[in-house]
Amino acid sequence: MNPRRLWAIMVKELRQLRRDRVTLTMILAMPIMQLVLFGYAINLNLRHLPAAVADQAQTAGSRAAIQDMLASGVIELRATVQSPQQLTDLLRQGRISVGIAVPTDFERRKLDGREAIQVMVDGSDNVVQAAAAQLAQYPLDPPDDFHARAEQPVSVVGFYNPQRRSPVNIVPGLVGVILTMTMVLFTAVAIVRETERGNMELLITTPVSRTELMLGKVLPYAAIGLLQTSLVLLLGVWLFQVPIRGHLGDVYIAASLLILANLSLGLLISTRAKSQFQAMQMTFFVFLPSILLSGFMFPYDGMPRPAQWLSELLPLTHFMRLVRGIMLRGATLGDLWPDGMALLAFIAVMLTLAIRLFHKRLD
Amino acid sequence: MTESAIHACGLTKRFGALVAVNAVNLDVPRACVYGFLGPNGSGKSTTIRMLCGLLTPSGGEIEVLGLRMPQQAEQLKRRIGYMTQKFSLFDDLSVRQNLEFLATVQGLTRQQEKGRVDDLLRRYRLDDRQDQLAGTLSGGQKQRLALAGAIVHAPELLFLDEPTSAVDPESRRDFWEKLFELADEGTTILVSTHYMDEAERCHRLAILDNGNLVADGTPSELTATLAGRTFLVRSASPRHAKATLASLSDVLSVAQIGNELRVLMRESGASAEALRACLGQAGTSGEVEGTPPNLEDVFVVATRAHGARAEQPA
Ligand SMILES: Nc1ncnc2c1ncn2[C@@H]1O[C@H](COP(=O)(O)OP(=O)(O)O)[C@@H](O)[C@H]1O
Ligand SMILES: [Mg+2]
Repeated sequence: MNPRRLWAIMVKELRQLRRDRVTLTMILAMPIMQLVLFGYAINLNLRHLPAAVADQAQTAGSRAAIQDMLASGVIELRATVQSPQQLTDLLRQGRISVGIAVPTDFERRKLDGREAIQVMVDGSDNVVQAAAAQLAQYPLDPPDDFHARAEQPVSVVGFYNPQRRSPVNIVPGLVGVILTMTMVLFTAVAIVRETERGNMELLITTPVSRTELMLGKVLPYAAIGLLQTSLVLLLGVWLFQVPIRGHLGDVYIAASLLILANLSLGLLISTRAKSQFQAMQMTFFVFLPSILLSGFMFPYDGMPRPAQWLSELLPLTHFMRLVRGIMLRGATLGDLWPDGMALLAFIAVMLTLAIRLFHKRLD
Repeated sequence: MTESAIHACGLTKRFGALVAVNAVNLDVPRACVYGFLGPNGSGKSTTIRMLCGLLTPSGGEIEVLGLRMPQQAEQLKRRIGYMTQKFSLFDDLSVRQNLEFLATVQGLTRQQEKGRVDDLLRRYRLDDRQDQLAGTLSGGQKQRLALAGAIVHAPELLFLDEPTSAVDPESRRDFWEKLFELADEGTTILVSTHYMDEAERCHRLAILDNGNLVADGTPSELTATLAGRTFLVRSASPRHAKATLASLSDVLSVAQIGNELRVLMRESGASAEALRACLGQAGTSGEVEGTPPNLEDVFVVATRAHGARAEQPA
């Protein structure tokens, strides 16, 4: 490998990028847009769900239980009605998302340890259902109650995010999502574009080696990835007071690993894709499972076994664990070494495959 | 053997069922401008790509500058220049940036690079355009830039794939001057074209048709084989005369050029008398005189002969 040649390819790539308005805009606008979208608009921990109550017991105990639920902030009382029938009507009309029915024999049921309160939810909305499921786990009784139940109600209040603020959980993961979306696409397209425009035929007739060509194309994008990381972190801290409890250096090392993993995947895609459009399709094919299975949107533990195995293959899954651990729990890279190793292994395999599959030939 | 820059034997390339290049034998001497003449789809680009080591031949042997292709392709790449059929420099880099990039990639040192790029810019009249983006150049300028890019490392052997197909006649003439300058400096040049006038300028040429090499030699050797078989016919009604002459079995082709007809005849029955007689019978008078054969005639004869052979299985 000749450092001067490698440098020439990197400089060429950056010069071309400087003239590419669309890509430049994407590099900057994508992190900002996603951050604002996920931070403000898409609140995965729903609060203020419209709710109605039908309290047919009207005892001190029932009123206290309802007050507890309202105090959680998850639901907001919109109406008080007489019967469960009216609740189902309101649900069907879409006027409320949650209905709470307290039967006349509330106190009796509580004593017997049977279901004392019925929470009806709009089951057509997954997120609402999940929120209401948490609601249903609220303790019905203050701790000094005579009926200490075997199944301790699980507290929904997260230990590391007591205010249940969604941006705190989202922002670290968002770094990974943005890097996955942009890094894979940029490299895949950057190489396929040269093939489409005919530049590749010129390049492969020169003494440039495969490694120089691949690294020279990838390294500028790695720098861009770090820039995006900084942008998301900066905005996350500034707009949403996202904590960075661990070492900032560790966050950047984790990000670098993910960037390299995605770039090598992009390279691999570029050796197979025949057109820029195909490269985009293949990128999307990887991106969708990453979003769904990495633990960014849905918890890893809640996924079926095969989905968990699949998610172990995705770099984003490992990054998600690393970055949440470092930023939210103050963990070090040493604590999370298995995920770091998994990313390194991914990079090694993808890069080797990509360089193997890239030929300085046209056939 | 060491005299030839390129030596290929039985060179074949198949794309699935299509035979793009069929058992081509080729011998290109050093320091010569060698032409590949053939219509679109005749296999010129495919042959050049195999000679550069960019495509793997389906069959045959290649030796370029003493190196076996495609096994020793990487060694060859420092010694050849290749100007692709489609403009393959970077549209979104400036003229100077393109040349500097290629110079570095070709292994020139920093000191050599500056001098060489300045020299090329001057030599190819691009110095006043050096900061313009390559994509915004005119056809002729692009072509000069591509040539400069292909020779930035002063290669021994230069491949040019239809370098003049997108430029005006003035630029074409100018471009060929540059090629002869390079040949004089000792560079071997293999250039493909579908223009007869360009083929005529080559030291030697090969005619390709449908993947077959149908004739090769110097232009004068090739045309000499047709001596006495080409005639010019001047007639008051050229279209009628053309139809009449074309029906003669000894006439291979009739082409109208302005008011004149150019007639090419079979070797066996070539005579001005036969043409005059034919015109007389049809009631059209016309003057007939012999004319020296050109490469177009060579092309017609070569492709006809080959087609005929292909039609009758031996
Ligand atoms: N990569 C390819 N795949 C399939 N067919 C090809 C490929 N490249 C060239 N061909 C075919 O081979 C024939 C010769 O093409 P080419 O060498 O480009 O001709 P020329 O350069 O003389 O115009 C054409 O019929 C063309 O369609
Ligand atoms: Mg061609």
